[in-house]
Amino acid sequence: MALLETSKSSLGSVLGSMNPDLASERQTASFSVEKLTAWLDGGVEHTLIRRAVVEAIESDPIFSRENQYFQTQNERYEAAVRKAVHLQKKMHEMGWTENGPEFKYIYRALSGDVAFLLHRVFMRSISVLGSDKQISKWIPLATQYRLIGSYAQTELGHGTYLQGLETTAVFDTTTQEFILNTPKISAMKWWPGDMGRSATHTVVFAQLYVHGKCYGVHPFIVQIRSLQDHSLCPGIIAGDIGPKMSFEHIDNGYLMLQNVRIPRENMLNKFCEVQPDGTYVRQGSQKINYFTMTTVRISLIADEVIIPLMKACTIAIRYSVVRRQSKLKPGEEEAKILDYQTQQEKLLPPLAAAYAFHFINDYLQELFNKAYSEIQNKNFDTLPELHAFSSGFKALVTQYCTSAVDICLRACGGHGYSLLSGLPSLYTKIVASCIYEGENTILLLQTARFLVKCFKAANTGQPVPPSVTYLAAVKPEKCPAKNKLDFLCPDIYTKAYQHMAVRLVSSTAAKLQDLVQSGVKKHDAWNQCTVQLTQAAKAHCHYITVKNFVETVEKLETKAGIQKIMKHLCDLFALHGIFSNAGLFLHDGYISGAQMDMVTASYLDLLAVVRKDAVPLVDAFDFTDKSLNSALGSYDGQVYQRLYEWAQKSPTNKQMSPAYERYLKPLLHNTLSKL
Amino acid sequence: MGQSRSRVVSLVPPPPHPRGFGVALVELCPLPPRFHLPPEEALVINDPDFQHEDLNFLSRSQRYEQAIRKSSLMVMKLREYGIADPEEIYWFKSFVHRGRPEPLDLHLGMFLPTLLTQATPEQQDRFFMPAWNLEIIGTYAQTEMGHGTHLRGLETTATYDPATQEFILNSPTVTSIKWWPGGLGKTSNHAIVLAQLYTQGQCKGLHAFIVPIRQLGTHEPLPGITVGDIGPKFGYDEMDNGYLKMDNFRIPRENMLMKYAQVEPDGTYVKPLSDKLTYGTMVFIRSLIVGDSARSLSRACTIAIRYSAVRHQSELKAGEPEPQILDYQTQQYKLFPLLATAYAFHFVGAYIKDTYHRISGDINEGDLSELPELHALTAGLKAFTSWTANAGIEECRMACGGHGYSRCSGIPDIYVTFTPSCTYEGENTVMMLQTARFLVKSYTQVSSGQRVAGMVSYLNDLSRQRIQPQHVAARAVTVRINDPVSLVEAYKARAARLVEAAAKNLQAELNHRKSKEDAWNRTSVDLVRASEAHCHYVIVKLFTAKLSEISNAAVRAVLTELCLLYALYGISKNTGDFLQAGILTDTQITQVNQRVKELLAIIRPNAVALVDSFDFHDVHLGSVLGRYDGNVYENMFEWAKKSPLNKTEVHESFHKHLKPMQAKL
Repeated sequence: MALLETSKSSLGSVLGSMNPDLASERQTASFSVEKLTAWLDGGVEHTLIRRAVVEAIESDPIFSRENQYFQTQNERYEAAVRKAVHLQKKMHEMGWTENGPEFKYIYRALSGDVAFLLHRVFMRSISVLGSDKQISKWIPLATQYRLIGSYAQTELGHGTYLQGLETTAVFDTTTQEFILNTPKISAMKWWPGDMGRSATHTVVFAQLYVHGKCYGVHPFIVQIRSLQDHSLCPGIIAGDIGPKMSFEHIDNGYLMLQNVRIPRENMLNKFCEVQPDGTYVRQGSQKINYFTMTTVRISLIADEVIIPLMKACTIAIRYSVVRRQSKLKPGEEEAKILDYQTQQEKLLPPLAAAYAFHFINDYLQELFNKAYSEIQNKNFDTLPELHAFSSGFKALVTQYCTSAVDICLRACGGHGYSLLSGLPSLYTKIVASCIYEGENTILLLQTARFLVKCFKAANTGQPVPPSVTYLAAVKPEKCPAKNKLDFLCPDIYTKAYQHMAVRLVSSTAAKLQDLVQSGVKKHDAWNQCTVQLTQAAKAHCHYITVKNFVETVEKLETKAGIQKIMKHLCDLFALHGIFSNAGLFLHDGYISGAQMDMVTASYLDLLAVVRKDAVPLVDAFDFTDKSLNSALGSYDGQVYQRLYEWAQKSPTNKQMSPAYERYLKPLLHNTLSKL
Repeated sequence: MGQSRSRVVSLVPPPPHPRGFGVALVELCPLPPRFHLPPEEALVINDPDFQHEDLNFLSRSQRYEQAIRKSSLMVMKLREYGIADPEEIYWFKSFVHRGRPEPLDLHLGMFLPTLLTQATPEQQDRFFMPAWNLEIIGTYAQTEMGHGTHLRGLETTATYDPATQEFILNSPTVTSIKWWPGGLGKTSNHAIVLAQLYTQGQCKGLHAFIVPIRQLGTHEPLPGITVGDIGPKFGYDEMDNGYLKMDNFRIPRENMLMKYAQVEPDGTYVKPLSDKLTYGTMVFIRSLIVGDSARSLSRACTIAIRYSAVRHQSELKAGEPEPQILDYQTQQYKLFPLLATAYAFHFVGAYIKDTYHRISGDINEGDLSELPELHALTAGLKAFTSWTANAGIEECRMACGGHGYSRCSGIPDIYVTFTPSCTYEGENTVMMLQTARFLVKSYTQVSSGQRVAGMVSYLNDLSRQRIQPQHVAARAVTVRINDPVSLVEAYKARAARLVEAAAKNLQAELNHRKSKEDAWNRTSVDLVRASEAHCHYVIVKLFTAKLSEISNAAVRAVLTELCLLYALYGISKNTGDFLQAGILTDTQITQVNQRVKELLAIIRPNAVALVDSFDFHDVHLGSVLGRYDGNVYENMFEWAKKSPLNKTEVHESFHKHLKPMQAKL
């Protein structure tokens, strides 16, 4: 033990003291971390509120996540329900309300580890799709948790394509009821959260039939469990869909309906109504439905995607200055792995992307707020643009962030695979975002449809939204850069992105037109161009992200220290994109081979520059250790001690393994035949 | 039903395939060798002893217990059937554990072989038979909490005490605690520990020691030993990866593995003869990983492609029924290049293994001349194939939409089991840089007028071109995009260009800086790119070479399409390299992109047959989405009903939490 006590990282007392390898990184910061944090939060007053919420939640043991990596699916579910129930009490205690400034930070503070998220979707769909009478009946019940709601749209055999749903709701004029049925196995509702075990009610989407005629998909409120003893209602078969890659705390469910009768008043009827005699009446515009989807897509970008990427960067970058491996110079100490160029190239572009996407989220929020106020005045003009943008960015951001979190995981060597690193759970959760709320490929094709339409309009002199006017400017140009420093000029690289986006959109539009003119049917032509169309949509979103980053940096004039480092990140984000998609920029010679070498040189130079501020840049995200829940990413950098102490708490170490008495002992004692 | 099929193709006529290439293709694939025993897979899969509940529904402790149970039985049956060849054991094991890790992996794969190769005859007498009979269960403890790939950095010490003729083992710091070895946490009672040897006050570097860690009989840790499980991981639930801390733990002098280096009773250290042979083991293990990349990707492709033929979604044509999602170009674009990749990697894995076996004869006779190249090549190919397969498995999962995310799809499990191979047996970036070191060395040889042989011989052409005023680019027009042989040339030119660029950048850095290591570090992104291009070239070359060996015309036709798709898709994903070097023109790139899409449509009718040819049994595939019979939805429902959350009709948290809340609010 003598050796142990004298060692630098000896066992015992180091937790809480700062690892010198991490401390030295903070002494050389080129900017004030505290100021950057406040700016990211949108003002220091928001930072204070956020920290107060986080503190209140994290100091309450009911919300602790320390043991979650050791828990079974059943235990995780129970904990999530317990937290959801306790949260009601907590909010009351703290005086937080759903409309208060604290509310949006609660979810972040809980890291999403809480049940009844679908209850909120249930309430929102009633508020949007229900009549005033329905709202006044159901919303108070839901608010007081007299019932627990869910939202049942997706079926076993049908996802994104709503018209394909097979659940039926047949109107029976004699009893004034709808009869709901699951006609076959692929029509079973599958995946809805909170429905497997918790929900008493759900909004079911079903094909409406009146007098034998189908009127398409409509929403119905259906009670599925007894309010007394929680047993399933007659005609209902429901349960949990089984273990998933993550989301162990959520009871995603299945639901089968067998001649379930509900009163006529349970069809949500703000826009469509079935009258007592069976007459079907449509009223008002349904465009607002799009608005709901758009809202969800935009809100998930921040909470479910950017924050996990920021956490992953924090963990991987802090660990990379604590971990030492091999030697860069003979005779010296082993080097911090972040000093290796290959490690920088793994971690620093994701860090730049986390900032880029944080700003694109601000951009989308602004677009959203504008559209929202217009819609209040019954003006739906901005909706197509908002819909196209929210789809495209949802796809781009989720896809990019998912692979970036994966990179962070694998950049932590073997320890990244330990659940205690926090990275596997971040990965398995973020990866679902590529599918839910619209599968990414399908979303990109929606954006592409909008772009092709705008391209045609712009080139025939019709008005298009300002964000896509650039599509009209197709000029055969060459990139003017003469040396590697020219590529640090935002104008040079923004133009390159713009040129590339225009080229991809215009060549795909031309290809579509050629195919149609040569006699190929429209839908076949579309399918034959879909690979190119998705590329065009990505190129557009990538261009807007770069442009928006540049504009954000320009507005920072007053904050010199922060502007300088943000400019480096912006350059890094842009040049990394060109470096890793070189072919797209070289293709028509806009960037020459020699210029591409300059891009590479500038990009590699930037890695070394951003390296110096890497730790302060992740510190500025301001995650507490509890919220990171990672042995590798803690603020004090006492990685190994934490890993060792935490592992010892694993249930596998708590008791003598039953496997020993049952199997190992006979094996070791060579009495195998008794098994 | 998959179960009705037999692995022995000659016994049961295969289902008809569009071009009748099924049987020939199955035989072509380097899947399990048909060894002399009865059909092993059926033997294992139908054995009632190896049945158990779906692992997806078990806790980690339960999964560990099941794995131990099956391993114990497996050992008994291996003896019973007289299976002793390492490769046969490997296949038997992979059937029993269905491709998953198991707690005895390190005992069978590292502990026993290390005894065989590094123990003296006396040590073999003492340890080998007890270990063979599993009275001793061992593991191999190398990696420490703070040290991985860089072996010289390990901190565990073994200090020789001549007074008692013992070694004193210590874990001097928290970073020196052994961390990760499989089977160490709960299963093993012995470990081969790698430690820095100190004798007569001097450090003699890393050596291996046999260390007892648990009491025979009670299985309790010995005094001075702290041992346990490192906690939950991303997969590997059935493996008790462990930690080991030693405090002044004494072992007799005879427990150092002394076939090569020795410590004499008085503490005198005897140096080993030079020993490049460890290269051989590494080559062998990395060749297994290349094969594993192929198999894991094949499994994921089988699931995704079969499911895409069963799943219907949206409409292609207004008014028509929802089409199979495999008819969408975007879906084909996701899956078919991966299918082609899986085939390519099968051939690469077989090539490395054959080459290894071919030259291991030479090695035994002391001829090590081919070893450095093979070692460099396998390092790069291990990294290239495991990175590609890792990303490919995830793409397959996402191509299955929401259901891919359910554990019933089987793909999450394939992913978490496979993904650590990007890190173990040599972290991939480090591997790529090892290959780069060999490439730069070869380039330097060529520059100084020597000729190089083997897979890098294309570098010889570089010196010739330098004499001519024309650049490599002059040959651009000669690339024929429908000819695999011509595409091999294009990949060769790209590799040559990137190796040359990296070598020149390295030289430029060296001219600016004093430190070689610093210059190397500042060029490492370029170096990794060069290695990737080299590996990519090797794979396209091997795939193309394989085509001429195929006698069945229908099989050759379909594999030629896959080979073309593999090569052209690789170009379309790396157009920058080909354009910048002037190997292909803008127009050719556009043609390549177009041809890729045509090939997707050409391969579409054979897609399911091509994955059926991988011949995975349903039990081995472990996927509801990928079932041979395609009855996906009915079986998903049956599967879900068994979920632990469904054990009771009303979950206990209703009574504990929901009801009280409803009462209060």
